[in-house]
Amino acid sequence: MLTPEQVELKLDRILLKVQKPGRYVGGELNSIRKDWDKAQTKVALVFPDIYDIGVSNVGLKILYDQINQRDDALAERAYAPWLDMEELMREHGIPLYTLESKRPLACFDIIGFTLPYETLYTNALNILNLAGIPVRSADRDESHPIIIAGGHSTTNPEPMHAFIDAFAIGEGEEVIHDIVNAIQKTKGAKREVTLRELAKISGVYVPCFYAATYMDDGTVAVTEPTLPDVPKTVNKRIVAKLPPPPTKFIVPNIEVIHNRVSVEIMRGCTRGCRFCQAGMITRPVRERTVQEVVDAADAAVRASGFEELALMSLSSSDYTYINDLVDAISKRFEGRKLTVNLPSLRIESVSVDLMEKLKQHRSGGFTLAPEAASERMRRIINKFIPDEDIINTTREIYSRGWTTVKLYFMIGHPSETLEDVQAIVDLCKRVIEEGRKVAGWKVKLHAGVSTFVPKPQTPFQWVACDTRENILEKQALLKRQLLKDKSIKLSWTKPEDSLLEAWLSRGDRRMADVIYSAWKNGAKFDAWDEGKKSEAWLPAFEEHGLDPAFYTHRQRRTDEVFPWEHITAAVRKNFLFQDFRMSLEGQIRVDCRLNCFACGILPTFANLRRENPGEGWKCPDVKTPARKIDIELPVVGD
Amino acid sequence: MRVRITFSKQGALRYTGHLDLHRLWERALRRADLPISYSQGFHPQPKISLAAALPLGFASRAEVLDVRLNEDLPVEDISSRLKESLPPDIQVLGVESVDDRAPALQTQVLSAAYEVHLTEPIDGVELTRKVEALMMSESVIRERRGKTYDLRPLIEMLSVVTEASGKIWLRMTLAARDGATGRPEEVLNALDILPEYTRVERTRLIFQK
Repeated sequence: MLTPEQVELKLDRILLKVQKPGRYVGGELNSIRKDWDKAQTKVALVFPDIYDIGVSNVGLKILYDQINQRDDALAERAYAPWLDMEELMREHGIPLYTLESKRPLACFDIIGFTLPYETLYTNALNILNLAGIPVRSADRDESHPIIIAGGHSTTNPEPMHAFIDAFAIGEGEEVIHDIVNAIQKTKGAKREVTLRELAKISGVYVPCFYAATYMDDGTVAVTEPTLPDVPKTVNKRIVAKLPPPPTKFIVPNIEVIHNRVSVEIMRGCTRGCRFCQAGMITRPVRERTVQEVVDAADAAVRASGFEELALMSLSSSDYTYINDLVDAISKRFEGRKLTVNLPSLRIESVSVDLMEKLKQHRSGGFTLAPEAASERMRRIINKFIPDEDIINTTREIYSRGWTTVKLYFMIGHPSETLEDVQAIVDLCKRVIEEGRKVAGWKVKLHAGVSTFVPKPQTPFQWVACDTRENILEKQALLKRQLLKDKSIKLSWTKPEDSLLEAWLSRGDRRMADVIYSAWKNGAKFDAWDEGKKSEAWLPAFEEHGLDPAFYTHRQRRTDEVFPWEHITAAVRKNFLFQDFRMSLEGQIRVDCRLNCFACGILPTFANLRRENPGEGWKCPDVKTPARKIDIELPVVGD
Repeated sequence: MRVRITFSKQGALRYTGHLDLHRLWERALRRADLPISYSQGFHPQPKISLAAALPLGFASRAEVLDVRLNEDLPVEDISSRLKESLPPDIQVLGVESVDDRAPALQTQVLSAAYEVHLTEPIDGVELTRKVEALMMSESVIRERRGKTYDLRPLIEMLSVVTEASGKIWLRMTLAARDGATGRPEEVLNALDILPEYTRVERTRLIFQK
């Protein structure tokens, strides 16, 4: 294997031939380089997209800090090289290496991928290959690192089961230590011994110890353990209390997408939007205190010198002390050159007041996400906002001096018709008209219309995706009517991209062969326009005798066993099903901070909550003792 | 006050370009809590100016920048605060206070000196011959970005160094005036040396007295 010095020498010969060589050399402020020989366990953390996107990922940053705080372990980073660099690396025999020590990935004990979205899968395979590591788990032996993965898309790990040795389901802050300990404990042992040790950890799914059988119609009959001491269902891990947020952000020496400090103010969401996977799988809601957020933001801004601060959560308006937080932030950063981002605000005039308080730190536009434009549709997706609220809020935004409003919508929601899509057009036009009345002809609207993909572990997991033809018809309607207005900018997702995301997120174990073949056919950077999609993916389905429509255009039976049935985010299937049925009837569910709908979080984590009392955890108190809640849950559907 | 900082740029920072370096310094000064002056206007720019752009891939132990601060601070203070806030491959070599009315730094650069180390073995006799031939030429016409120009007058000094150990390297001083800047890789190309098989370090910037 190449030494770091050999890697560096080879790099010097190619770096001036690639775009942005600064992506490949590390050396950033706040990156951590520990003594290689003093660490027992070495972890390479990988974001399988380019540096420009990956370097600011907060999830990996948290793990990087957690591991590097240990005396007995070290963590370094790697990203996917862009096409030009990959070609030269292969030509010059340079294996993928970490930025800190320039050591090949194959020297590490653990390679940890974050897979926040499905279009990174082929990149993960490509990275293993570029690191000289067999892509399939079954082909690896004791001389190879253990490959782990986590992140939102792994709530259905099955399509990647053949490539990843162990998945960490749920939150990583604590489980990463258990994983490092297990690797240390079994150092030098047979690979199977290590994997068995990993399978004992709560929240860790080791796919090689499970087997799936299928019905005649191609759906899953059951996925069950092949060993007696492996859990039937893998429950996600959570932390009872959010640990202190990272404050020593890596400061790249070149420009990247997000040059900013991100502080997570709250995790989880109680709104229950039925399309939203994040809202379902990150429960329960846990908040940080205002003091903790402001101090961390201040420390992080000082340690990085960044010009931008993002206060992250799935729904900022729902943060209990949002007013206090905004006041405290504007006071702490008064007179300092800093842009503050407060995303995911509710559509109400209070949100405009909040942003007004930050006006000294304001950035370009004001973003709101109605997600659907007809009231009928908003009931179905459980994001109920009357049209008047949208008009009043956007009018308020324009009248207070913002010239651009960005509205996010989705097409392809269950039971959507062309009338519902027409409603997007009508709403956008009304927003602009009303805006002009208060602020004149300079007002602008950016409508971002993506295509809905029904995700696992959500109330919509039973529904089919729109077909390519339907999507194109709906997009044609939008383009025909919105593109001619110079004040309106429209953006949309290509149907191929949405369908690929759907195959990968809804697939079963057989999709692994498709992924492998697609990668062999040249698929990588599937999230980019540069990726080759249909040429790589459709032949891959054909090669393995699988029908893409089986995964995407089929309403799933109410009693269907999902490929992800043995993985749970602690929100129960019967709760999801009940919510799905309510959606068909246009019934909405209110914020579950007000009223517990027994999603399953409380009984699953009853002990954890009892051991960690306090204000941070936002589920309402339920009267029944936790261990009895089980039998009081309504049983619907199956 | 106007402060002149001399610094080195090595290792990974060789691949940070001129504009990114500008941004890097802005952030570093901010981390050091030094009160940078900004230009007036809708998009205020920090008053930082770098003496001479260093081509991507080259190291340097002689980069110079001027920055204007809103307050007068002891230079020792500035120096010690900066040490904490720079990435590992940039080191502050000197900080001095400069007359506010002194001409802009970029206009004062005359030439730059470089050392070129070779990462592949080379025939020293042959190299010396080529260097001599180049220096004897009246003009060396080369093409860069579709334009022809004469490289020869831009080379102020070029010599081969042979160490007792047998190690061979090159030393050169090239013009670095506005509109008349010699690039080390152009000289290397003229000597039939591929720049990717070398390590180039800028060792000195020569200013007008």
